[in-house]
Amino acid sequence: MKSGKFGAWLAVFVGVAYFLAPLVATFEFSLRMRRGEYSFDAYRVVFASDSFQASFLYSTVLAVVTIVVAILIVVPTAYWVQLSLPRLRGIVEFTTLLPLVIPAIVLVFGYIKLYGSSSILPLTATSLGADALLMFGYVGLGLPYMYRSVETALRSIDVRTLTEAAESQGAGIFTILFRVILPNIRSGILSGAFLTFAIVIGEFTFASLLDRPAFGPYLQLIGASRAYEPSALAIMAFALTWACMGLILLLGGGAPNSTGKR
Amino acid sequence: MSFLTLTGIQKTYGANAVVRDFDLSVERGEFVTFLGPSGCGKTTTLRMIAGFETPTEGSIRIDGRDVTNLRANRRAIGMVFQAYALFPNMTVAQNIGFGLKVAGKPAAEIKARVGEMLAMIKLPQLAERYPYQLSGGQQQRVSLARALAPSPQILLLDEPLSALDARIRVSLREEIRALQRNLGITTIFVTHDQEEALSMSDRVVVMNEGAIEQVGTPSEIYNAPRTRFVASFVGTLNLLDGTIVDASAGAVDIDGQRATTRRKLNGAKPGDVLALALRPEALRLGEGGDDRNTLAGVIEDVSFLGAVVRVRIRLARAAIIVDTFNRGAGALPARGESIAVNFGADDLIPLQPT
Amino acid sequence: MTAVSATPARSVRLPNLAPWLGVAPFFLFAMMFLIAPTASLLVGAFQDHDGAFTFDNVLRLWQPSIRLSYLLSVEVSLASAFFGALIGLALALAVLRGGLPEWLRPTLMTFSGVASNFAGVPLAFAFMATLGRIGFVTILLKSVGVDIYAAGFNLFTFTGLTLTYLYFQIPLMVLVVTPAIDGVKREWGEAAEILGASRFQYWRMIVLPILWPSIMGASLLLFANAFGAIATAYALTGSFLNIVPILLYAQIRGDVLHDPNLGYALALGMLTITGLSNLAYLYLRARSDRWLK
Repeated sequence: MKSGKFGAWLAVFVGVAYFLAPLVATFEFSLRMRRGEYSFDAYRVVFASDSFQASFLYSTVLAVVTIVVAILIVVPTAYWVQLSLPRLRGIVEFTTLLPLVIPAIVLVFGYIKLYGSSSILPLTATSLGADALLMFGYVGLGLPYMYRSVETALRSIDVRTLTEAAESQGAGIFTILFRVILPNIRSGILSGAFLTFAIVIGEFTFASLLDRPAFGPYLQLIGASRAYEPSALAIMAFALTWACMGLILLLGGGAPNSTGKR
Repeated sequence: MSFLTLTGIQKTYGANAVVRDFDLSVERGEFVTFLGPSGCGKTTTLRMIAGFETPTEGSIRIDGRDVTNLRANRRAIGMVFQAYALFPNMTVAQNIGFGLKVAGKPAAEIKARVGEMLAMIKLPQLAERYPYQLSGGQQQRVSLARALAPSPQILLLDEPLSALDARIRVSLREEIRALQRNLGITTIFVTHDQEEALSMSDRVVVMNEGAIEQVGTPSEIYNAPRTRFVASFVGTLNLLDGTIVDASAGAVDIDGQRATTRRKLNGAKPGDVLALALRPEALRLGEGGDDRNTLAGVIEDVSFLGAVVRVRIRLARAAIIVDTFNRGAGALPARGESIAVNFGADDLIPLQPT
Repeated sequence: MTAVSATPARSVRLPNLAPWLGVAPFFLFAMMFLIAPTASLLVGAFQDHDGAFTFDNVLRLWQPSIRLSYLLSVEVSLASAFFGALIGLALALAVLRGGLPEWLRPTLMTFSGVASNFAGVPLAFAFMATLGRIGFVTILLKSVGVDIYAAGFNLFTFTGLTLTYLYFQIPLMVLVVTPAIDGVKREWGEAAEILGASRFQYWRMIVLPILWPSIMGASLLLFANAFGAIATAYALTGSFLNIVPILLYAQIRGDVLHDPNLGYALALGMLTITGLSNLAYLYLRARSDRWLK
């Protein structure tokens, strides 16, 4: 099988070259800010910039809120579908696949139409309303991954027994959900959370069209006006995504989509 | 002249010898079974015959030709796998015809041969079905037809019945043996089930931990086991410790009682402790005549197994299991009863120390 | 609620209602932020300024500029899906079945997980730094005498965009096609071999037919994925390459003649294409699952 192995190694080398080249190139470019020598100046400038700090902070806070809301929506749903409403499973799973079928730009367009200034619920009219709209949009974008993570985690614990044991001790539903179930599916929740975080931080379409001061539009603006900072930012974004994935792997969640169910 | 010869076969993975000193000659048309527990090397040896593994040392000859280093797809061998391994994207007919198609045979010839094979396994109506539509037993029969269609010189079966229900296993067992007899094809069968091995084979190769323990006909293996392992692996067995009293007379002491064996006690000296095997069905309840051995004990347990009643009797320390035919209701002995058992001098089998 | 017995006070438990209340937020969310907005767009596509029913918007999608836009989108999506599928398949097969060291598999899976999410603006920057006029690879190639820009290459074109899209298309292909490759049992290879088949015959007659539905399905997924992508394109080529999402973006922002109903029609067109692709993918998935049981 000598020739087979050579072909395989060739494919791998080509793959590695293609995927490594942009990273190397970007990193190298980001070090070129100071004329004539390599330095981390580009990174320093970025970190010091007010607009960077403001937009990154905005996106981070938004991501956290998104994650909390997503947990509040997804966990009870996954819990009850498994416990008492198995017939709903199909329709729930279909719903979680919708964000993957509907392109982001179409979805945000729908938001603007339905919740624009001339509609019944003019969320876009106020700053807070637009923030809320953006947040709900992000909950939607992360929904497929959050739901699948939580559902997988729930399936690995015996939900029925835990619930009955807790009930026999006199626990009410909120206690059951938050003091008994939640701690046991921590890894699934965290997996979903990190992926949502990665999605929110770099997201552009929603933030741009809803005119919010998020990190994505900031990135795009920098790219249009500066030379070296965009590369530094790209490297930082990549490192951030890696960090999130690394944490997910550490939690034993496995890479997303690797289950083959999309 | 032997059709399939394995000489000095060794297979080592690193420091681990998975198959050691394997020598075997198989005649044309013979049905030989490799029998042993998991990990004994039987499947590895089979795979070396097939060509999926290469022996670390030793040679394999088929019909006079050295095939040791020949690729698996050039050996003209048919193989049936435990997990059926039918190609899911092909119909039954296409599966069966695969070997012929790959060899470039004309379509008409393939069609005729496939029809023959389907008739042979008695499943002509399933020709256009896909594997996922078949039951386990049906899939295995198709697998057999597929292996035999290209008229191979040897047929290999790797635990083909292990994944099937007990009832199907028995009927398929008989089918396979009948087919093999009709075709006269040299066959190697691998299993851990001693009932399969005994009922199907011309000869059985009992293996343990990579080496051959004994080769013989089913009757030889069962009635004249050479080692403790063979004796205990094949059939139920009573294993007793006997102290030699008089080697030439075959007199031994079992738990304080005297017995005689007519089998050879090679080089044993008085006072030696020997392992003695006694088949449960060789024992009879009650006092025996002068020409038979008699041991006295107390009934510890009685199990009703249908056609057979299994009685466990406690001697001074050792326990003996007696299998006796069921003679109808009311004839069962009771626990706690004192009882004697008797057996012939030939039935007491001394075993070689392992 | 005054407790009469000595049992500790519990939150109110309505036996049959609780589960439904529990899943209500989910469905409320889905309705308000997934279904209603999309439905509203679809309805709007068939309305005119005054809300009356009309096919006019959909018909106007046929105008040359918009038709061209759809064509361009389809071309970019097809190209990135085709090459993404080809290269992704080759990579997956090489690592999973090519007889290479075991550690390559988890490495490939992890990297694919990261890279499939590394899209949008940062990706555009990365490729600019790589293949832009003064990009790393451009300069590298120039130093060995290959001037790609002189030869007509330009990052901010169809070719450049496709090349950039491959960065997340290839990993996506790897992730989606890996379970299918894992499903090809090794016994089939041994059975084929002992029946006399060569390696090539095994691949042609057994592996490829078995994998084909999965490969097609995954390609469709890649197609839909590329069709809906906008951030990367916007950051890379701006409005230069008029793919449909860019067109839609401009419509929404009011950069062009503000005609919301046309925008709704554009969205309808996009949704139809991504919807059909995904449906076809699901169908092929189901069929191959049934074969492989």
